[in-house]
Amino acid sequence: MEVTEPSLPPTEGGNAATVLRLQGITKRFGSLVANDDISLDLRAGEVLALLGENGAGKSTLMSILFGHYVADEGGIEAFGAPLPPGNPKAALAAGVGMVHQHFTLADNLSVLDNVLMGTEPLWRPVSRRSAARERLLDVARRFGLPVQPDALVGSLSVGERQRVEILKALYRGARILILDEPTAVLTPQESEALFATLAQMVAQGLSVIFISHKLDEVLRVSHRIAVLRGGKLVAEARTADTTQAQLALWMVGHAVEAPQRRPARSVGDAICVLDHVSTAASKGGGQDRLREVSLTLRAGEITAIAGVSGNGQVALAELLCGTRRATSGTAQLMGRPLPPSPARLVQRGVARIPEDRHAVGVVGDLPVWENAVSERLRSPVFSRWSWIVKRAAARLHARRIEKAFDVRGAGLMAPARSLSGGNMQKLILGRALLAPEQPEPAKGNDHDKKYPNRAPRLIVAHQPTWGLDIGAVAYVQQQLIAARDAGAAVLVISDDLDEVLALGDRVAVMHGGHLGEARPATAWTREAIGLAMAGATTAPRAKGASS
Amino acid sequence: MMRLERRHETSRTALVLAPIGAIVFTMAISALLVLWAGAPVGRTYALLLQGGFGSVFAWSETLTRAIPLILTGLAATVAFKARLFNIGAEGQLYAGALAAVAVGGMHGGTGFELSPWLLFPLMMLAAAIAGALMLLGPALMKNRLGVDEVVTTLLINFIVLLGVSALLDGPMKDPTAMGWPQSVSLQSDLELGKLIAQTRVHTGLLWAVSLAVMVWAIFKYTVLGFDIRAVGANARAAAFAGVPVTRTVVMVALLSGALAGLAGAIEVAGRTSYVTLDMSPGYGYTGIVIAMLAGLHPLGVIAAAVFVAGVLVGADTMSRAVGVPTYIADVIVAASLIAVQVATLLTQYRVKLKK
Repeated sequence: MEVTEPSLPPTEGGNAATVLRLQGITKRFGSLVANDDISLDLRAGEVLALLGENGAGKSTLMSILFGHYVADEGGIEAFGAPLPPGNPKAALAAGVGMVHQHFTLADNLSVLDNVLMGTEPLWRPVSRRSAARERLLDVARRFGLPVQPDALVGSLSVGERQRVEILKALYRGARILILDEPTAVLTPQESEALFATLAQMVAQGLSVIFISHKLDEVLRVSHRIAVLRGGKLVAEARTADTTQAQLALWMVGHAVEAPQRRPARSVGDAICVLDHVSTAASKGGGQDRLREVSLTLRAGEITAIAGVSGNGQVALAELLCGTRRATSGTAQLMGRPLPPSPARLVQRGVARIPEDRHAVGVVGDLPVWENAVSERLRSPVFSRWSWIVKRAAARLHARRIEKAFDVRGAGLMAPARSLSGGNMQKLILGRALLAPEQPEPAKGNDHDKKYPNRAPRLIVAHQPTWGLDIGAVAYVQQQLIAARDAGAAVLVISDDLDEVLALGDRVAVMHGGHLGEARPATAWTREAIGLAMAGATTAPRAKGASS
Repeated sequence: MMRLERRHETSRTALVLAPIGAIVFTMAISALLVLWAGAPVGRTYALLLQGGFGSVFAWSETLTRAIPLILTGLAATVAFKARLFNIGAEGQLYAGALAAVAVGGMHGGTGFELSPWLLFPLMMLAAAIAGALMLLGPALMKNRLGVDEVVTTLLINFIVLLGVSALLDGPMKDPTAMGWPQSVSLQSDLELGKLIAQTRVHTGLLWAVSLAVMVWAIFKYTVLGFDIRAVGANARAAAFAGVPVTRTVVMVALLSGALAGLAGAIEVAGRTSYVTLDMSPGYGYTGIVIAMLAGLHPLGVIAAAVFVAGVLVGADTMSRAVGVPTYIADVIVAASLIAVQVATLLTQYRVKLKK
């Protein structure tokens, strides 16, 4: 990313008042030490970046700060007064606002209700909604975070929900704002706007803790950087004194190679063809729907879809995953109609990686091995007459997935919920990509057609690396590239522009349910994608479109 | 102030200690009530234990009582596992009992002229179908229209009971019962044999235990079992993985309703031989308690049902001897349910005290 101007005013060095002091925070979960004697200071008007891989202890530390967990040892002072442990209300009252990575919103309430929740005294007979709405819209305008106050949160996309989370903290007048991976789902222009917002906020004396694992972003927005690894604070430095390479080394303990972008070798036949496909909107009246979308996915090629979440990506992913039907237009898979059924899609060689791995990807309470074969349990490989489970064969396949995709956890019998995000995603990848071994050689064409247990022909990956650490991101992206090189048609839908550009051979942009033309990745500039993501009619607010 | 924090891992010791702690807690709570009733605690518990499990006769009575409880417990287990909250086992039990008598009863003193080898399976089938149909409607309404099945299944109980009442005073009334509202009797060759001579415990116990093993095997070894567990744990993820959610819910409804219907048929064939309005002292509802006590484990249901039946039977004996009301049995069952739930919670969460 080009940086043409310093976007933040310099802080007054070490002279500014300390607003928040964490002292010797230690938190253990059983034998795991999630936070090991961590001490940190935050000064007024400062952006402190908290850098670390997933599982490094960032979220635990922030949960302790915000009162969701109680530290085993250590204490917290906010504005000179000790913060009572385990009390989110006290944290709020002290002016600590938190935007979680996993959202804490009520799906069945409107945006306005979610923002108001907990801000009004219980005994007031009438809630001052119109005043609150004005204030919300005002805050939204000021910080460039457009929302519809009356939309149901349940109908919003991931990106829109995060916007509501940020607004919630801002609405409450937070003086210390903790942002957990805030830019993960924003367009470049919106990220720019957010950075500008950050600059405004710190200029007014607010302090920000910016949690991230994106190095360029951290270097861009922060004044100081603290790096966590394995629960320990391994480094603390002024941003001006560090480099990207140094940070990466601190963060993972060893050097990491980014996946090399290799162009598609040979592009083959059209595997999946959408012709003017439209779908209904999501339940609850969200805007996520397809309008007359046409798209051709070819073997040996990765097509990446960029866009701000909530512009039809969920509908597109669900259509191709068999959980949503087209209302008009034609959708074809290898010359035949696309079946609106997950089971039949899997049978016909579609590998699916859903956006929300916890809620949709796995059944968390069931063991890893059952989740590893859940998509193909009805195939003759894993069950007799689609009725009796061949447990030995299923476990064997699960073990193959575990090995081939390096799924690390408490074993095949442990509930899938116990896996970390990266390992859960590896399990889902393995389930989708690794074809089970045929117990007997396929005889003839009929059998082959009926049970194509070969490598997948089409891969649909929706936000495949969301919330993963650097190592897992690289791994997932490499797997997708390898599948492409093995001849699969790959569709990657992502809010992360870096990912779209890293993976896509062709790139198309979604906006308002419409899908633009898929053009070779080399034909796009970052800025052009950003403009398309913002829609042709809306001019980008941000000044970041430098040329 | 107290707060719960999820444990990182659950230790084996905790899993063993949890039920023991739950029992100790239950006994302690109930002891207070026994003292309040003015009876010696030790003797009361001894009598209760003896009355439920202290002799062959006590065991036979306990097991007789456990038979319908195992079946309604299984009905609740199957349904709850898929998050179909079937509160209607009571009505399904009566529907099954009535269907059994309709097929196997002495209508006009004669009944169907079929070989018992044919009539018995038909009778059981009719009972299973009657119970299943009672639950199919609520399940489909939940799945298609989002109607809360707790409400529908609960209310259907009252409809069924009133319907049974009407039938027992009308078309199905036994003309030889001297005006009592009871159904015609079952043909005697359809009645279940006794397991132990001179007692009431009948071969229905074998049916109940076999069905528990069958449900356990379905859960563990079949695709349907996976579907049920997956839909119950996370219906969205199950649908994404290709589980036919609607079909699974229908299967669960049929299975759960059929088990409750069979509870009614087996009660009639093994114990009462005709239907009355008081043939079930709430077996359908107690089945829910048993399913929860068993942690929705089909084999655990057998143990839980025997425990509850033993407490109920033992309380009768104890009550006659020391004058503590039999309601102490309900207190023990209820307290143990709560204690087991709390103990299970504590194996997964730890309590943090804070100032």
